[in-house]
This record gives sequence, structure tokens and C-alpha cells, in this order.
Amino acid sequence: MAEPVIKVRDLNKYFGDYHALRGIDLDVAEGERIVVCGPSGSGKSTLIRCINGLETHDEGTITVRGTDLRDEASAHAIRGGVGMVFQQFNLFPHLSILQNLTLGPMKARGLTRKAAEARAMSYLERVRIPDQAHKRPKELSGGQQQRVAIARSLCMEPKVMLFDEPTSALDPEMISEVLDVIVDLANDGMTMICVTHEMGFARKAADRMIFMDHGEIIETGPTETFFDAPRTDRCKQFLSQILQH
Amino acid sequence: MKRSTILALCAFGVLAGCSSSGNWGWYVIDPSTTNGQNNIRFLLGGFWATISLSLIAAALSMTIGMIIALPGMSTNRWVRLPSRIYVEFVRAIPLLPMLFWVFYGLPVVLRSFGITISIDAFWGAIITLAISDSAFTAEIYRSGIQSIAKGQTEAAKTIGLTYTQTMRYVILPQAIRRILPPLANQFIYIVKMSAFASVIGMQELTRRANELVVTEYRPLEIYSLLILEYLVLVLAISFFVRWLERRMGANESR
Repeated sequence: MAEPVIKVRDLNKYFGDYHALRGIDLDVAEGERIVVCGPSGSGKSTLIRCINGLETHDEGTITVRGTDLRDEASAHAIRGGVGMVFQQFNLFPHLSILQNLTLGPMKARGLTRKAAEARAMSYLERVRIPDQAHKRPKELSGGQQQRVAIARSLCMEPKVMLFDEPTSALDPEMISEVLDVIVDLANDGMTMICVTHEMGFARKAADRMIFMDHGEIIETGPTETFFDAPRTDRCKQFLSQILQH
Repeated sequence: MKRSTILALCAFGVLAGCSSSGNWGWYVIDPSTTNGQNNIRFLLGGFWATISLSLIAAALSMTIGMIIALPGMSTNRWVRLPSRIYVEFVRAIPLLPMLFWVFYGLPVVLRSFGITISIDAFWGAIITLAISDSAFTAEIYRSGIQSIAKGQTEAAKTIGLTYTQTMRYVILPQAIRRILPPLANQFIYIVKMSAFASVIGMQELTRRANELVVTEYRPLEIYSLLILEYLVLVLAISFFVRWLERRMGANESR
């Protein structure tokens, strides 16, 4: 088997006295699509924030595409190939949609404005909102803003995408438009880790499920088996609660 | 607000109107007499010094403030520490003693390092005002920048921007609208504090008024005019800043 794109070994993370991540081991293969679920406070977000260095880790190793994550310089190098989508979108409110998308390619990659704008428009089309290019973020709906955020990440042409609860801040009627875009990406073979509570989406898009609780990976397995025959009680209980409605 | 300023100015006018009655001696600054004209010209001559002093000190203070503020927001406490010490230390020194120290003491210190320069009143006042004020501008920058949500920095990082690029293209353009009003306030402070430069002989507004009081012995009238001079100056700055804020607000709806 080829070298995993992301390799996490015995990862520990503390917030003060709070033990947020406990001995996490994780391999993500090229093209693999992983959904991480679990109750809030279980360390899901912290895990993916550690993977691109937005949080520092205290023990263990994280290797992303051959680069060992140890300091801000290596984190910067890693982020070049890893896109991230946040729960709160985090679009830049003082820039137009187009400028939000061209900033990274122009400043970090040295593309000309023309090339960056062409790339931005192609990704805006991919997330189906090319007509909003010249508006400001606050003029868009939440679902549109999140799709812009996804396009902004894609403009950096990442090899891996991380999604941190991308639909949790959205009104219910906007969730599917965002999930559809992510499913498209998954179908195109993008390697991704997505933290979400949307189990219908997980069934559709994920190869593998990870269930976390209290900072530990409790259960992991292929999507089918995970939903149809969960092994641990904690996972069974969580799934029954979340799938009740 | 505007009406009250006009009222205040009218009150001054009425005061000036009772020139010949009672103990008032407005003749010292009566523009219809040669002596009055000369006196007014002498007093107004301090404007240039006060304005250039304030502007240069403010520009330096804004620059030093930024250099102090940026490391002050680091997550590394050893990077943060010198910045905190500077702010706490400088903020604790009253302006007047610092002015004396810079003007009389600093050349001595420099000489012991083999640097022989004399600091004249103008630069002595500028250095003092700039350093003293920079502790406050640093805090203004810090609170303005920290008021921008952490998610903005994180998003900028994830699209590959360096720290400098993040500041320049993402954080500062958003923070400037929150920084500008308190910064303007601080500039008004500098203008007023520049009056202290009179004690080391700087020929600015206050010094000139003092010198005229010594020869004419009419403190009430001369200091009244002095206050009016500062009032005009500060109001002009206020109007300019409000215009600037409106302009930026119009360009950048949030």
C-alpha cells in the first residue's frame, strides 16, 4: 500500500489540564473520504485543527504528505496542500467574493490577477454561484457563503480537504446545497476528512467512519459496517440518538 | 454637538466684546492697533511649531506603536514580554519628567556611549511625545487587532498567507476602522501635550503666550486667546477625522 497522505501517531493534546486528544492513531490514504462523528467536546474539531497546525499538539507525531508537523514553518508548508472549511465560513468581510478567492493564489502562489480570477471563476462555477462574484460576503445567504469558502479553499488546489462541521451554522434549508458540493468533490476523488453530524451525507460520501468520544477514537470502520453493525456500545448509543429523528 | 461648539465660540466673542469695560485689557491683542497686531502675529507664529511638532511626533508614535504592538500579540510569552514591559514602563512616566530627562539627560547618556549630539528643543519634544504616546497607540492597535475574530487569521493561514500578508491584507484593513477613532483622540492628546515643550524653550503656542505675558503683563487676555488657538486647532482635527471616518465607512460597508 502507498504511503498514507496523513499519518497520525499517538497524538495527545491538552488545553491546560483538560486532556482533549488521547493517543490518536490515524492513517488517511490518498483519495480516502473520512467522516468523523461524535458528541460535542469529543475532540473531533481539535483533531482536524491539529492536522493543519491551527492547534499545536503536545505529544505524538503528525505527518502530512511526507512533511513532519512540528513548528509554524512546517505548518505553513503543510497548509499549502491542505484546504480547510470552517463552521463559521470565515470569509473576509472587507473583500468581494472574487477577491476572497484570488487573495491566496495571488499572494501565496504568485499568480497574476488574470490567472487568479480565471481560476476563481472556474471554482465559483463549480460551487454554482458564479453570478455572485462581485458581491460582499454579507450579501450572500449562509449556504452561499459556505460554498464560497469551499471555493476559496479549492483555489489553492489542495490535495486534502478538511471540513470542520461545515453545515452546523446553517439554516436547515441550506444544508443540502453545501453537502451536494462536498459530495461532488468526494466523487471527484478528493481526499477529505469531514467532521459532521449529517449521517445521511456520511452514508453517501464516506468510505470510512470514525467515532470519537472523550478525545479518543472509539470506533472506526467502513461506512456500511459502521452504520449497520457498530461494535461498541458507546457508538451504538450515539448512532441511535442521532438517527432517531 | 455642533451647536454647542458654536455657542462656546459666541461666548468667547461676547467676552471679547467687553474689551474696554472693567478690568479687561483686550487692547494687548486689539487688531486695530499696531501693538495689538504685532502681538497677535507673535502668538499665531507658534502655530507652525505646534502643528509640525504634533504631526511628526504622532507619525513616530504610530510607527513605534505598531512595532511594539505586533510582538505584544504573540502566543510566545518571550516575544510578548519586552512589548508588555515597554508599554507598562513608558505609560507610567509622566510627560514632564520624561521631557526633562530626554532634553537634559539623554545627551549625557549618549555621550557615555561615545555619541556626541545635542538635542534641541524641537527634537527633544518630538522624541518625548512620540515615546510617551507610543505606549498608548500600541494598546490601541492591540485592542483593534484583537477585536477581529480569530477565525479571520485562521482562514488566512489556511489559504497559505504568511503572518505579514495576513496582517496587511486581512486583519489591518478590518481593524483600521476600529483603530482610527481612538487614534484620532490620541492625536488630539499629542497636540495638547505639546504645550509642555514650552518649558524647554520650544517656540510653540504656549511658549509664545508665556513670553508675551512677561512683557505685557496681561495673562487673562493672552491665555484666553491661547486657549482659543488650541480650540480651533483641535476642532479642525476633529472635523477632519470625522470626514475621514465617513469616507471609509462609505467605501466599506460591513
